[in-house]
Amino acid sequence: MSIDKVWVLAESAEGNPTSTTLELLSHARSMGATTEAVAWGTDTAAVAGELGNHGATTVYDVGDIGDSLPGAPVAGAIASLVGSGNRPDVILIPASYDGRDIAGRLSVRLDAPVITNVVDLSADGDDLRSQHGLFGGAQVATARFTGERPWIFVVRAKSFAAEPSGGGAPQVVPAPVPELGATDGTKVLARHAEERTGPKLDEAEVVVSGGRGLGAAEHYAMIEELAKLLRGAAGASRAIVDAGWVPYSHQVGQTGKTVKPTVYIACGISGATQHLVGMKGSKNIVAINKDQDAPIFSVADLGIVGDVHKVVPKLIEALKARG
Amino acid sequence: MNVVVCVKQIPDPAAPQALDPQTHTLVREGKLIMDDSDAYGVEMGLQLAEAAGGGEVTLVSMAPAGETSGLRTALAMGAAKAILVSDDALKGSDALSTAKVLAKAIERAQPDLVIAATESTDGYTGTTPVQVAELLGLPSVTFAKKVSVGDGRVHVERQTEAGYDEVDCPLPAVVTVTAGVVEPRYPSFKGIMAAKSKPVDQLTVADLGLDAGQVGAAGSRQEVTDVSAAEERKAGEIVVDEGDGYEHVVRFLEQLKLI
Repeated sequence: MSIDKVWVLAESAEGNPTSTTLELLSHARSMGATTEAVAWGTDTAAVAGELGNHGATTVYDVGDIGDSLPGAPVAGAIASLVGSGNRPDVILIPASYDGRDIAGRLSVRLDAPVITNVVDLSADGDDLRSQHGLFGGAQVATARFTGERPWIFVVRAKSFAAEPSGGGAPQVVPAPVPELGATDGTKVLARHAEERTGPKLDEAEVVVSGGRGLGAAEHYAMIEELAKLLRGAAGASRAIVDAGWVPYSHQVGQTGKTVKPTVYIACGISGATQHLVGMKGSKNIVAINKDQDAPIFSVADLGIVGDVHKVVPKLIEALKARG
Repeated sequence: MNVVVCVKQIPDPAAPQALDPQTHTLVREGKLIMDDSDAYGVEMGLQLAEAAGGGEVTLVSMAPAGETSGLRTALAMGAAKAILVSDDALKGSDALSTAKVLAKAIERAQPDLVIAATESTDGYTGTTPVQVAELLGLPSVTFAKKVSVGDGRVHVERQTEAGYDEVDCPLPAVVTVTAGVVEPRYPSFKGIMAAKSKPVDQLTVADLGLDAGQVGAAGSRQEVTDVSAAEERKAGEIVVDEGDGYEHVVRFLEQLKLI
Protein backbone atom coordinates (compact mmCIF):
# COMPACT_ATOMS: atom_id res chain seq x y z
CA MET A 1 0.00 0.00 0.00
CA SER A 2 1.68 3.16 -1.12
CA ILE A 3 1.73 6.45 0.77
CA ASP A 4 -1.15 8.29 -0.90
CA LYS A 5 -2.24 10.90 1.59
CA VAL A 6 -0.24 12.86 4.14
CA TRP A 7 -1.60 15.35 6.65
CA VAL A 8 0.61 18.04 8.09
CA LEU A 9 -0.26 19.76 11.34
CA ALA A 10 -0.01 23.45 10.39
CA GLU A 11 1.07 25.72 13.23
CA SER A 12 1.01 29.48 12.87
CA ALA A 13 2.71 32.31 14.68
CA GLU A 14 1.86 35.98 14.14
CA GLY A 15 -0.39 35.22 11.20
CA ASN A 16 2.11 33.06 9.27
CA PRO A 17 2.68 29.31 9.11
CA THR A 18 5.79 28.36 11.10
CA SER A 19 8.88 27.39 9.13
CA THR A 20 8.66 23.79 10.37
CA THR A 21 5.10 23.58 8.98
CA LEU A 22 6.33 24.65 5.53
CA GLU A 23 9.26 22.19 5.75
CA LEU A 24 6.86 19.32 6.50
CA LEU A 25 4.48 20.29 3.68
CA SER A 26 7.39 20.44 1.23
CA HIS A 27 8.61 17.02 2.30
CA ALA A 28 5.14 15.45 2.19
CA ARG A 29 4.79 16.74 -1.39
CA SER A 30 8.20 15.32 -2.34
CA MET A 31 6.98 11.87 -1.25
CA GLY A 32 4.43 12.11 -4.07
CA ALA A 33 1.47 12.04 -1.73
CA THR A 34 -1.67 14.17 -1.71
CA THR A 35 -0.69 16.76 0.86
CA GLU A 36 -3.27 18.25 3.20
CA ALA A 37 -2.98 20.49 6.24
CA VAL A 38 -4.82 20.80 9.52
CA ALA A 39 -4.91 24.35 10.92
CA TRP A 40 -6.64 26.08 13.82
CA GLY A 41 -7.19 29.60 15.08
CA THR A 42 -8.99 32.64 13.76
CA ASP A 43 -6.77 33.35 10.77
CA THR A 44 -6.85 30.10 8.79
CA ALA A 45 -8.09 31.99 5.75
CA ALA A 46 -4.98 34.18 5.95
CA VAL A 47 -2.48 31.30 6.23
CA ALA A 48 -4.23 29.00 3.73
CA GLY A 49 -2.56 30.70 0.75
CA GLU A 50 0.93 30.06 2.09
CA LEU A 51 0.02 26.46 2.95
CA GLY A 52 -1.25 26.04 -0.62
CA ASN A 53 1.93 27.58 -1.96
CA HIS A 54 3.84 24.76 -0.21
CA GLY A 55 1.70 21.96 -1.52
CA ALA A 56 -1.45 21.70 0.60
CA THR A 57 -4.47 21.06 -1.64
CA THR A 58 -6.92 20.99 1.26
CA VAL A 59 -6.80 22.74 4.61
CA TYR A 60 -8.95 21.29 7.40
CA ASP A 61 -9.90 24.22 9.58
CA VAL A 62 -10.45 23.41 13.24
CA GLY A 63 -11.48 27.03 13.73
CA ASP A 64 -11.31 29.25 16.77
CA ILE A 65 -10.34 27.31 19.91
CA GLY A 66 -10.75 30.33 22.17
CA ASP A 67 -8.38 30.35 25.15
CA SER A 68 -7.84 26.59 25.13
CA LEU A 69 -4.39 25.09 24.75
CA PRO A 70 -4.49 23.33 21.34
CA GLY A 71 -3.69 19.80 22.56
CA ALA A 72 -7.17 18.52 23.34
CA PRO A 73 -9.34 20.40 20.77
CA VAL A 74 -7.03 19.93 17.77
CA ALA A 75 -6.40 16.24 18.53
CA GLY A 76 -10.16 15.82 18.99
CA ALA A 77 -10.94 17.45 15.65
CA ILE A 78 -8.37 15.32 13.80
CA ALA A 79 -9.64 12.14 15.46
CA SER A 80 -13.19 13.03 14.36
CA LEU A 81 -12.06 13.49 10.76
CA VAL A 82 -10.33 10.10 10.83
CA GLY A 83 -13.37 8.56 12.53
CA SER A 84 -15.58 9.82 9.71
CA GLY A 85 -13.58 7.68 7.28
CA ASN A 86 -11.13 10.30 6.05
CA ARG A 87 -7.93 8.37 6.74
CA PRO A 88 -4.49 9.71 5.85
CA ASP A 89 -1.58 7.27 5.63
CA VAL A 90 0.72 9.55 7.57
CA ILE A 91 0.34 12.51 9.94
CA LEU A 92 3.37 14.78 10.30
CA ILE A 93 3.53 16.99 13.39
CA PRO A 94 6.13 19.68 14.16
CA ALA A 95 8.17 18.97 17.32
CA SER A 96 6.98 22.08 19.14
CA TYR A 97 5.42 22.56 22.57
CA ASP A 98 1.86 22.41 21.21
CA GLY A 99 2.77 19.84 18.52
CA ARG A 100 3.88 17.37 21.18
CA ASP A 101 0.66 17.89 23.15
CA ILE A 102 -1.46 17.28 20.06
CA ALA A 103 0.57 14.20 19.09
CA GLY A 104 0.19 12.65 22.55
CA ARG A 105 -3.56 13.14 22.71
CA LEU A 106 -4.11 12.09 19.08
CA SER A 107 -2.08 8.94 19.68
CA VAL A 108 -4.52 7.85 22.40
CA ARG A 109 -7.62 8.89 20.47
CA LEU A 110 -6.57 6.85 17.44
CA ASP A 111 -4.90 4.17 19.57
CA ALA A 112 -1.89 4.67 17.31
CA PRO A 113 1.70 4.90 18.55
CA VAL A 114 3.86 7.92 17.75
CA ILE A 115 7.45 8.17 16.60
CA THR A 116 9.08 11.38 17.85
CA ASN A 117 12.34 13.29 17.36
CA VAL A 118 12.40 12.44 13.65
CA VAL A 119 15.19 14.15 11.69
CA ASP A 120 14.68 12.40 8.35
CA LEU A 121 11.94 10.40 6.70
CA SER A 122 12.16 8.39 3.51
CA ALA A 123 10.03 5.91 1.62
CA ASP A 124 11.19 2.31 1.41
CA GLY A 125 8.69 0.61 -0.86
CA ASP A 126 5.36 1.01 0.91
CA ASP A 127 7.15 1.57 4.20
CA LEU A 128 8.44 4.78 5.72
CA ARG A 129 11.75 4.85 7.55
CA SER A 130 12.43 7.58 10.05
CA GLN A 131 15.81 8.59 11.36
CA HIS A 132 16.73 9.74 14.86
CA GLY A 133 19.89 10.98 16.51
CA LEU A 134 21.02 8.91 19.49
CA PHE A 135 23.51 9.62 22.24
CA GLY A 136 23.97 13.23 21.23
CA GLY A 137 23.95 12.40 17.54
CA ALA A 138 26.90 9.99 17.67
CA GLN A 139 24.62 7.27 16.29
CA VAL A 140 21.61 7.25 14.02
CA ALA A 141 18.68 4.94 14.59
CA THR A 142 16.26 4.02 11.81
CA ALA A 143 12.71 3.22 12.86
CA ARG A 144 9.42 2.24 11.26
CA PHE A 145 5.84 1.53 12.15
CA THR A 146 4.66 -2.06 11.93
CA GLY A 147 0.96 -1.49 12.64
CA GLU A 148 -2.03 0.08 10.95
CA ARG A 149 -2.10 3.56 9.49
CA PRO A 150 -2.23 6.47 10.06
CA TRP A 151 1.35 6.66 11.24
CA ILE A 152 2.11 9.67 13.43
CA PHE A 153 5.58 11.19 13.19
CA VAL A 154 6.73 14.16 15.28
CA VAL A 155 9.49 15.85 13.29
CA ARG A 156 12.19 18.24 14.49
CA ALA A 157 12.62 21.71 12.98
CA LYS A 158 15.00 22.10 10.02
CA SER A 159 14.90 18.42 9.10
CA PHE A 160 13.83 19.33 5.55
CA ALA A 161 14.03 22.35 3.26
CA ALA A 162 10.92 24.44 2.72
CA GLU A 163 10.28 24.90 -1.00
CA PRO A 164 7.26 26.63 -2.53
CA SER A 165 5.32 24.48 -4.99
CA GLY A 166 3.56 27.38 -6.68
CA GLY A 167 0.33 25.65 -5.77
CA GLY A 168 -2.85 27.70 -5.74
CA ALA A 169 -5.28 28.37 -2.96
CA PRO A 170 -6.35 25.16 -1.23
CA GLN A 171 -9.94 24.32 -0.46
CA VAL A 172 -10.76 25.01 3.17
CA VAL A 173 -12.91 22.38 4.86
CA PRO A 174 -14.27 22.81 8.38
CA ALA A 175 -13.05 20.25 10.97
CA PRO A 176 -15.25 20.80 14.02
CA VAL A 177 -14.09 20.08 17.55
CA PRO A 178 -16.12 17.29 19.19
CA GLU A 179 -17.35 17.34 22.80
CA LEU A 180 -14.17 17.09 24.89
CA GLY A 181 -15.29 17.10 28.52
CA ALA A 182 -12.64 17.64 31.18
CA THR A 183 -9.68 17.25 28.81
CA ASP A 184 -10.31 20.75 27.43
CA GLY A 185 -10.04 22.34 30.88
CA THR A 186 -6.75 24.13 30.29
CA LYS A 187 -7.14 27.83 29.49
CA VAL A 188 -4.56 30.49 28.72
CA LEU A 189 -5.08 33.55 30.96
CA ALA A 190 -2.25 35.70 29.60
CA ARG A 191 0.60 35.43 27.11
CA HIS A 192 4.02 36.92 27.78
CA ALA A 193 6.44 37.45 24.93
CA GLU A 194 10.05 38.07 25.86
CA GLU A 195 11.54 40.96 23.93
CA ARG A 196 14.61 40.24 21.84
CA THR A 197 16.56 42.41 19.50
CA GLY A 198 18.60 41.41 16.45
CA PRO A 199 18.02 38.36 14.24
CA LYS A 200 15.88 35.44 15.39
CA LEU A 201 17.76 32.63 17.10
CA ASP A 202 16.66 29.99 14.59
CA GLU A 203 17.32 32.16 11.55
CA ALA A 204 20.59 33.92 12.47
CA GLU A 205 23.75 33.24 10.47
CA VAL A 206 25.81 33.41 13.66
CA VAL A 207 24.72 32.06 17.04
CA VAL A 208 26.75 32.69 20.20
CA SER A 209 25.61 30.59 23.15
CA GLY A 210 26.56 30.53 26.80
CA GLY A 211 26.40 27.74 29.37
CA ARG A 212 27.09 27.00 32.98
CA GLY A 213 30.80 27.71 32.47
CA LEU A 214 29.91 31.42 32.53
CA GLY A 215 29.65 31.00 36.29
CA ALA A 216 27.03 33.66 36.98
CA ALA A 217 24.03 35.28 35.31
CA GLU A 218 25.73 38.66 34.89
CA HIS A 219 28.42 37.14 32.66
CA TYR A 220 25.81 36.40 30.00
CA ALA A 221 26.17 40.05 28.96
CA MET A 222 29.40 39.19 27.14
CA ILE A 223 27.60 36.51 25.13
CA GLU A 224 25.05 39.11 24.03
CA GLU A 225 27.79 41.60 23.22
CA LEU A 226 29.72 39.07 21.12
CA ALA A 227 26.53 38.04 19.31
CA LYS A 228 25.72 41.67 18.56
CA LEU A 229 29.22 42.35 17.20
CA LEU A 230 28.83 39.40 14.82
CA ARG A 231 25.26 40.47 13.88
CA GLY A 232 24.10 37.17 15.32
CA ALA A 233 21.73 35.90 17.97
CA ALA A 234 22.49 34.95 21.57
CA GLY A 235 21.56 31.43 22.69
CA ALA A 236 21.88 29.39 25.84
CA SER A 237 22.13 25.86 27.19
CA ARG A 238 19.22 24.40 29.14
CA ALA A 239 21.27 24.53 32.35
CA ILE A 240 21.42 28.32 32.51
CA VAL A 241 17.86 28.74 31.27
CA ASP A 242 16.62 26.45 34.02
CA ALA A 243 18.80 28.35 36.49
CA GLY A 244 16.86 31.47 35.49
CA TRP A 245 19.86 33.39 34.07
CA VAL A 246 18.22 33.92 30.68
CA PRO A 247 14.68 33.51 29.30
CA TYR A 248 13.49 30.23 27.81
CA SER A 249 13.25 31.77 24.37
CA HIS A 250 17.09 31.67 24.24
CA GLN A 251 17.32 27.91 24.75
CA VAL A 252 19.06 25.80 22.10
CA GLY A 253 18.62 22.04 22.31
CA GLN A 254 16.21 19.16 22.51
CA THR A 255 13.54 21.15 24.33
CA GLY A 256 14.57 24.49 22.85
CA LYS A 257 15.33 25.75 19.37
CA THR A 258 17.10 23.79 16.67
CA VAL A 259 19.68 26.01 14.98
CA LYS A 260 21.83 25.48 11.90
CA PRO A 261 23.79 28.72 11.51
CA THR A 262 26.93 29.25 9.44
CA VAL A 263 28.85 29.37 12.68
CA TYR A 264 27.87 28.38 16.21
CA ILE A 265 30.07 29.61 19.02
CA ALA A 266 29.59 27.64 22.26
CA CYS A 267 31.01 29.41 25.31
CA GLY A 268 31.29 27.49 28.57
CA ILE A 269 28.96 24.75 27.31
CA SER A 270 29.98 21.17 28.08
CA GLY A 271 27.87 19.63 25.31
CA ALA A 272 25.21 17.45 26.94
CA THR A 273 23.10 15.37 24.52
CA GLN A 274 20.19 17.71 25.20
CA HIS A 275 22.25 20.60 23.78
CA LEU A 276 24.06 18.79 20.96
CA VAL A 277 20.87 17.68 19.20
CA GLY A 278 19.85 21.32 18.87
CA MET A 279 23.06 22.65 17.29
CA LYS A 280 24.99 19.73 15.82
CA GLY A 281 23.72 20.59 12.35
CA SER A 282 25.53 23.96 12.39
CA LYS A 283 27.85 24.35 9.40
CA ASN A 284 30.77 25.36 11.61
CA ILE A 285 31.18 24.99 15.35
CA VAL A 286 33.57 26.85 17.63
CA ALA A 287 33.78 25.76 21.27
CA ILE A 288 35.43 27.58 24.14
CA ASN A 289 35.59 25.54 27.34
CA LYS A 290 38.18 25.01 30.02
CA ASP A 291 37.58 21.26 30.32
CA GLN A 292 39.44 19.63 27.45
CA ASP A 293 37.38 16.44 27.89
CA ALA A 294 34.06 18.27 27.40
CA PRO A 295 31.91 16.47 24.77
CA ILE A 296 31.37 19.74 22.91
CA PHE A 297 34.94 19.44 21.55
CA SER A 298 34.01 16.23 19.72
CA VAL A 299 31.75 18.23 17.39
CA ALA A 300 33.86 21.40 17.23
CA ASP A 301 35.70 22.49 14.09
CA LEU A 302 37.72 24.82 16.26
CA GLY A 303 38.07 24.16 19.98
CA ILE A 304 39.73 26.57 22.38
CA VAL A 305 40.64 24.91 25.67
CA GLY A 306 40.55 27.93 27.95
CA ASP A 307 38.60 30.08 30.34
CA VAL A 308 35.63 31.83 28.68
CA HIS A 309 36.18 34.78 31.02
CA LYS A 310 39.57 35.35 29.44
CA VAL A 311 39.02 34.28 25.82
CA VAL A 312 35.66 35.97 25.15
CA PRO A 313 36.57 39.49 26.41
CA LYS A 314 39.74 39.41 24.27
CA LEU A 315 37.73 38.27 21.28
CA ILE A 316 35.26 41.12 21.83
CA GLU A 317 38.12 43.62 22.07
CA ALA A 318 39.72 42.31 18.88
CA LEU A 319 36.43 42.54 16.96
CA LYS A 320 35.80 46.05 18.26
CA ALA A 321 39.30 47.09 17.22
CA ARG A 322 38.49 46.00 13.65
CA GLY A 323 35.48 48.32 13.71
CA MET B 1 -3.93 17.07 48.41
CA ASN B 2 -2.70 13.80 46.97
CA VAL B 3 -0.05 14.02 44.29
CA VAL B 4 1.27 11.29 42.03
CA VAL B 5 4.74 11.85 40.63
CA CYS B 6 5.87 9.65 37.73
CA VAL B 7 9.46 8.52 38.27
CA LYS B 8 11.53 6.83 35.62
CA GLN B 9 14.43 4.64 36.70
CA ILE B 10 17.14 4.68 34.06
CA PRO B 11 20.73 3.52 33.52
CA ASP B 12 23.15 6.16 34.80
CA PRO B 13 23.46 8.66 31.88
CA ALA B 14 27.03 9.40 33.01
CA ALA B 15 28.01 5.77 32.27
CA PRO B 16 28.53 4.61 28.67
CA GLN B 17 25.17 3.88 27.00
CA ALA B 18 24.50 1.08 24.55
CA LEU B 19 21.72 -0.48 22.56
CA ASP B 20 21.11 -4.19 22.50
CA PRO B 21 22.39 -5.27 19.05
CA GLN B 22 19.46 -7.68 18.60
CA THR B 23 16.47 -5.72 19.86
CA HIS B 24 17.86 -2.18 19.37
CA THR B 25 16.48 -1.22 22.77
CA LEU B 26 18.50 0.51 25.47
CA VAL B 27 20.47 -1.91 27.63
CA ARG B 28 18.90 -1.63 31.11
CA GLU B 29 21.08 -4.02 33.06
CA GLY B 30 22.69 -3.34 36.37
CA LYS B 31 21.60 -0.72 38.84
CA LEU B 32 19.14 1.92 37.68
CA ILE B 33 18.94 5.40 39.15
CA MET B 34 16.15 7.96 39.32
CA ASP B 35 16.12 10.08 36.17
CA ASP B 36 17.51 13.42 37.29
CA SER B 37 14.64 15.19 35.44
CA ASP B 38 12.20 13.57 37.87
CA ALA B 39 13.82 15.07 40.98
CA TYR B 40 12.12 18.37 40.08
CA GLY B 41 8.68 16.77 39.91
CA VAL B 42 9.21 14.99 43.23
CA GLU B 43 10.26 18.26 44.88
CA MET B 44 7.34 20.14 43.30
CA GLY B 45 4.91 17.47 44.52
CA LEU B 46 6.29 17.59 48.06
CA GLN B 47 6.07 21.39 48.16
CA LEU B 48 2.51 21.47 46.79
CA ALA B 49 1.29 18.81 49.24
CA GLU B 50 2.92 20.75 52.07
CA ALA B 51 1.42 24.06 50.95
CA ALA B 52 -2.02 22.44 50.74
CA GLY B 53 -1.66 21.57 54.41
CA GLY B 54 -2.07 17.83 54.00
CA GLY B 55 -1.94 14.88 51.68
CA GLU B 56 1.01 12.96 50.38
CA VAL B 57 3.13 12.14 47.37
CA THR B 58 2.82 8.71 45.76
CA LEU B 59 5.42 7.67 43.20
CA VAL B 60 4.49 5.64 40.13
CA SER B 61 7.15 3.85 38.13
CA MET B 62 7.50 1.09 35.56
CA ALA B 63 10.83 -0.72 35.63
CA PRO B 64 12.32 -4.16 34.94
CA ALA B 65 13.17 -6.77 37.59
CA GLY B 66 11.47 -5.10 40.54
CA GLU B 67 13.98 -2.25 40.45
CA THR B 68 13.52 0.17 43.35
CA SER B 69 16.90 1.96 43.70
CA GLY B 70 15.61 5.10 41.96
CA LEU B 71 12.34 5.00 43.88
CA ARG B 72 14.24 4.87 47.18
CA THR B 73 15.93 8.15 46.27
CA ALA B 74 12.54 9.82 45.78
CA LEU B 75 11.16 8.18 48.94
CA ALA B 76 14.19 9.52 50.82
CA MET B 77 13.32 13.02 49.57
CA GLY B 78 9.97 12.65 51.30
CA ALA B 79 7.48 10.79 49.11
CA ALA B 80 5.19 8.58 51.22
CA LYS B 81 4.92 5.46 49.10
CA ALA B 82 5.36 4.01 45.64
CA ILE B 83 3.58 1.89 43.08
CA LEU B 84 5.99 -0.09 40.91
CA VAL B 85 4.83 -1.97 37.84
CA SER B 86 7.34 -4.63 36.95
CA ASP B 87 6.69 -7.48 34.57
CA ASP B 88 8.79 -9.31 31.97
CA ALA B 89 5.91 -8.77 29.53
CA LEU B 90 6.64 -5.01 29.56
CA LYS B 91 10.10 -5.29 27.99
CA GLY B 92 10.19 -3.34 24.73
CA SER B 93 7.10 -1.22 25.46
CA ASP B 94 6.64 1.87 23.28
CA ALA B 95 5.51 5.21 24.72
CA LEU B 96 1.79 4.52 24.21
CA SER B 97 1.94 1.11 25.92
CA THR B 98 3.94 2.67 28.73
CA ALA B 99 1.29 5.37 29.10
CA LYS B 100 -1.45 2.70 29.30
CA VAL B 101 0.42 0.97 32.13
CA LEU B 102 1.15 4.21 34.02
CA ALA B 103 -2.46 5.41 33.64
CA LYS B 104 -3.80 2.19 35.18
CA ALA B 105 -1.33 2.44 38.07
CA ILE B 106 -2.04 6.15 38.63
CA GLU B 107 -5.80 5.49 38.74
CA ARG B 108 -5.28 3.35 41.85
CA ALA B 109 -3.84 6.30 43.76
CA GLN B 110 -6.80 8.58 42.89
CA PRO B 111 -4.61 11.69 42.81
CA ASP B 112 -5.67 15.35 42.67
CA LEU B 113 -2.59 16.12 40.62
CA VAL B 114 -0.21 14.05 38.48
CA ILE B 115 3.29 15.43 37.91
CA ALA B 116 5.87 14.15 35.41
CA ALA B 117 9.02 15.50 33.77
CA THR B 118 8.61 17.01 30.29
CA GLU B 119 10.64 14.12 28.92
CA SER B 120 12.97 11.40 30.16
CA THR B 121 16.72 11.68 29.84
CA ASP B 122 17.18 8.29 28.18
CA GLY B 123 14.30 8.02 25.70
CA TYR B 124 13.08 11.65 25.46
CA THR B 125 9.97 10.75 23.50
CA GLY B 126 8.17 13.50 25.39
CA THR B 127 4.61 12.32 24.74
CA THR B 128 3.96 9.86 27.60
CA PRO B 129 2.53 12.32 30.18
CA VAL B 130 0.01 13.76 27.71
CA GLN B 131 -0.95 10.24 26.61
CA VAL B 132 -1.56 9.43 30.29
CA ALA B 133 -3.75 12.55 30.60
CA GLU B 134 -5.85 11.59 27.58
CA LEU B 135 -6.20 7.99 28.81
CA LEU B 136 -7.41 9.28 32.19
CA GLY B 137 -9.67 11.91 30.59
CA LEU B 138 -7.79 14.73 32.34
CA PRO B 139 -6.63 18.18 31.25
CA SER B 140 -2.88 18.73 31.03
CA VAL B 141 -0.30 21.49 31.06
CA THR B 142 3.15 20.70 29.71
CA PHE B 143 6.44 22.57 30.17
CA ALA B 144 5.57 24.18 33.51
CA LYS B 145 8.24 26.47 34.91
CA LYS B 146 6.11 27.63 37.87
CA VAL B 147 3.23 25.78 39.52
CA SER B 148 0.78 26.71 42.27
CA VAL B 149 -2.46 25.14 43.47
CA GLY B 150 -5.50 26.79 45.03
CA ASP B 151 -9.30 26.58 45.01
CA GLY B 152 -9.26 23.23 43.27
CA ARG B 153 -7.27 24.59 40.34
CA VAL B 154 -3.67 24.47 39.20
CA HIS B 155 -2.04 27.65 37.95
CA VAL B 156 1.03 27.30 35.73
CA GLU B 157 3.55 29.43 33.90
CA ARG B 158 4.08 27.42 30.73
CA GLN B 159 7.16 27.82 28.57
CA THR B 160 6.42 28.81 24.93
CA GLU B 161 8.46 29.57 21.81
CA ALA B 162 8.11 33.30 22.48
CA GLY B 163 8.24 33.41 26.28
CA TYR B 164 5.63 31.97 28.60
CA ASP B 165 1.86 31.68 29.04
CA GLU B 166 -0.09 31.89 32.26
CA VAL B 167 -2.33 28.84 32.16
CA ASP B 168 -4.99 27.57 34.52
CA CYS B 169 -7.00 24.36 34.76
CA PRO B 170 -9.25 22.54 37.22
CA LEU B 171 -7.96 19.56 39.23
CA PRO B 172 -7.46 16.69 38.76
CA ALA B 173 -4.89 17.39 36.06
CA VAL B 174 -1.54 16.27 34.64
CA VAL B 175 1.35 18.77 34.74
CA THR B 176 4.82 18.26 33.27
CA VAL B 177 7.62 20.28 34.81
CA THR B 178 10.95 21.55 33.50
CA ALA B 179 14.17 21.52 35.50
CA GLY B 180 13.65 25.19 36.32
CA VAL B 181 10.51 24.72 38.37
CA VAL B 182 12.05 24.18 41.83
CA GLU B 183 15.42 23.29 43.37
CA PRO B 184 15.26 19.62 44.48
CA ARG B 185 16.29 18.92 48.08
CA TYR B 186 19.03 16.45 48.92
CA PRO B 187 17.73 13.48 50.91
CA SER B 188 18.73 13.76 54.57
CA PHE B 189 20.31 10.83 56.43
CA LYS B 190 17.04 10.47 58.32
CA GLY B 191 15.15 10.48 55.04
CA ILE B 192 17.39 7.79 53.58
CA MET B 193 16.88 5.57 56.61
CA ALA B 194 13.11 6.14 56.60
CA ALA B 195 12.89 5.36 52.87
CA LYS B 196 14.04 1.79 53.45
CA SER B 197 10.78 0.92 55.20
CA LYS B 198 8.34 2.95 53.11
CA PRO B 199 5.79 0.82 51.22
CA VAL B 200 6.40 -0.09 47.57
CA ASP B 201 3.38 -1.79 46.05
CA GLN B 202 4.65 -4.03 43.27
CA LEU B 203 2.19 -4.90 40.51
CA THR B 204 2.13 -6.98 37.35
CA VAL B 205 0.36 -6.36 34.04
CA ALA B 206 -2.36 -8.79 35.11
CA ASP B 207 -2.85 -6.92 38.42
CA LEU B 208 -3.63 -3.80 36.38
CA GLY B 209 -6.18 -5.66 34.30
CA LEU B 210 -4.22 -5.12 31.09
CA ASP B 211 -3.81 -7.71 28.37
CA ALA B 212 -0.14 -8.73 28.02
CA GLY B 213 -0.58 -8.67 24.24
CA GLN B 214 -1.22 -4.90 24.38
CA VAL B 215 2.05 -4.00 26.05
CA GLY B 216 5.76 -4.73 25.78
CA ALA B 217 7.32 -5.93 22.57
CA ALA B 218 4.11 -7.84 21.75
CA GLY B 219 1.99 -4.69 21.82
CA SER B 220 4.55 -2.38 20.26
CA ARG B 221 3.66 -1.29 16.74
CA GLN B 222 6.96 0.35 15.96
CA GLU B 223 10.50 -0.95 15.74
CA VAL B 224 14.05 0.23 15.35
CA THR B 225 15.36 -1.48 12.23
CA ASP B 226 18.92 -0.28 12.28
CA VAL B 227 21.45 1.64 14.35
CA SER B 228 24.62 2.96 12.81
CA ALA B 229 27.36 5.45 13.57
CA ALA B 230 26.46 8.97 12.46
CA GLU B 231 28.53 10.57 9.75
CA GLU B 232 31.44 11.89 11.74
CA ARG B 233 32.37 15.50 11.67
CA LYS B 234 35.91 15.97 10.49
CA ALA B 235 38.14 16.16 13.55
CA GLY B 236 38.51 19.81 14.45
CA GLU B 237 41.50 21.80 15.50
CA ILE B 238 41.92 21.97 19.27
CA VAL B 239 44.03 24.78 20.69
CA VAL B 240 45.01 25.28 24.31
CA ASP B 241 44.60 28.96 25.16
CA GLU B 242 47.83 30.63 26.16
CA GLY B 243 46.50 34.13 25.89
CA ASP B 244 46.16 33.96 22.09
CA GLY B 245 43.18 31.60 21.82
CA TYR B 246 40.95 34.46 20.64
CA GLU B 247 43.20 34.99 17.58
CA HIS B 248 42.32 31.50 16.33
CA VAL B 249 38.65 32.39 16.56
CA VAL B 250 39.22 35.66 14.69
CA ARG B 251 41.04 33.82 11.88
CA PHE B 252 38.30 31.19 11.73
CA LEU B 253 35.62 33.88 11.37
CA GLU B 254 37.73 35.64 8.73
CA GLN B 255 37.96 32.44 6.66
CA LEU B 256 34.18 32.18 6.76
CA LYS B 257 34.02 35.85 5.65
CA LEU B 258 31.85 36.66 8.61
CA ILE B 259 34.14 39.53 9.61
